Amino acid sequence: MWLAAILATLPLILLLFHLLREGASSIDLAFFTRLPKPVGEAGGGMAHAIVGTLILVGIAGAIGLPVGIGAGLYLAEQRGARLATSVRFLSDVLNGMPSIVMGIFAWHFLVRPVGHFSALAGGIALGAMMIPLVTRATEEMVRIVPTALREAALALGYPHWRTSVSIVLRTALPGIVTAALVAIARIAGETAPLLFTAFGNAWWSVRVDQPIAALPLQIYEYAKSPYDDWHRLAWAAALVLIGLVLIISLLARFVTRSRHGGVGD
Amino acid sequence: MTDRPATLTPPPVVKNDSRAATAARARISVRNLDARFGANRAVRDVSIDFPDGQVTAIIGPSGCGKSTLLRCLNRMHETVPTARVSGEVLLDGRDLYARGVNPIEVRRHIGMVFQRPTPFPTMSIRDNVAAGLRASSRDRPSRRREGEIVEESLRTAGLWDEVHERLKDSATALSGGQQQRLCIARAMATRPSVILLDEPTASLDPLSTQKVEELVHQLRGSVTVIIVTHNMQQAARVSDRTAFMLLGELVETAPTPEMFTTPSDPRTEAYITGRFG
Repeated sequence: MWLAAILATLPLILLLFHLLREGASSIDLAFFTRLPKPVGEAGGGMAHAIVGTLILVGIAGAIGLPVGIGAGLYLAEQRGARLATSVRFLSDVLNGMPSIVMGIFAWHFLVRPVGHFSALAGGIALGAMMIPLVTRATEEMVRIVPTALREAALALGYPHWRTSVSIVLRTALPGIVTAALVAIARIAGETAPLLFTAFGNAWWSVRVDQPIAALPLQIYEYAKSPYDDWHRLAWAAALVLIGLVLIISLLARFVTRSRHGGVGD
Repeated sequence: MTDRPATLTPPPVVKNDSRAATAARARISVRNLDARFGANRAVRDVSIDFPDGQVTAIIGPSGCGKSTLLRCLNRMHETVPTARVSGEVLLDGRDLYARGVNPIEVRRHIGMVFQRPTPFPTMSIRDNVAAGLRASSRDRPSRRREGEIVEESLRTAGLWDEVHERLKDSATALSGGQQQRLCIARAMATRPSVILLDEPTASLDPLSTQKVEELVHQLRGSVTVIIVTHNMQQAARVSDRTAFMLLGELVETAPTPEMFTTPSDPRTEAYITGRFG
């Protein structure tokens, strides 16, 4: 059993070790502040992809969080309602949807009609992937808030919606924030839905209606190129991406330990 | 009973010891009340008066409908799915179930404390006590006035000396008994004319129970207290009047000393002498 436990963490340890060996040497200040250099020229960075990923995650969060939290609250409060049962089932189906399918879907409805790739399409595809994650996590967190607290608020003369928002949701908040950060960490590394939506961009762009670079896309692009220095940059980008996800995860742990915490920590 | 005003302004609280006045006027009158959960009729045709400024205990075995009856008095019963109520509950002569009466408004005038302490875990002690005052954005007191009410309410609940130095701490840091007295302070902060206690000491140790009972004693006279308990000694200690319920029906109501010495119904006698329940 202990062997299995160690084996379970082995991939992560090997991965981190390898990434550090291959990628760390290419990470310097320029990596974070410069654009890529043409093939053959030394140096250059991935500032555009780092910013691109942040923009994409921002768009995804702006869509996925409010919809997911609202839906989760509804599912928890209307447990038995027919609409709730269907929404719960469908959101599980959506959760199991391969991300490449989500990408094709977004391409069909958001890229093809417009005629060009865009950051917005990529962000929406990622946001749609976040929704079921956030919905189900919010539902779980809201469910473990004791009914007694809800009743106490109602008995004080709180209207139903205020009870839901300022007592129930507020009590479940640390758990929901954790879930939201985990969901963001999940989608930050997604590549497939971005291939034909955000598409990638070799130049600096922060416009949401234009193709935009992203770290996972950049890794994909550089890793399949025939150039050694691009391979090194791909390793470095992978390390930065992992670092980003790690920071978000740590943030999630930190948030749950805040004082006056509610349930779910 | 139609078209009653939707607002319920509480009449001035009578500040005297009305225990002697056995014929005190009823603050709440219940008339032919039926309460159901789906097909289950939990309260059956109950009519009872709760005299102003007195403590009335409702006793009876588990599942007799005493908590449900209590929850009908501030329209909390209907917050449960499939719950239904029929009959009248008159607060100072006005039917709380009349059309146009807002249940949220009702609950602001009738305080309630539950079996387990329910401090809001994300709020400080001070914010917990002030929670009811902040329930509506209208007529919210100023920050200073709010502070005064918080102090007053905590003093009433006998908690001020224990917590005044840590009002900003989380309410969950308090002991179970303190939390329950905090909940009483929270319910009292909005100056309700009636306060409902649903087995308020069921989860407390004997010392905390004693403090809550002392608090009930103090409240007598200034508020109408209705306390549900399955502890008969407690009913005998704290109440002016006792009501006995069985299988959803109100068996009898009498002044407490009379109830525990010469009950008129054989079922009451069987229950208080411990032959069942």
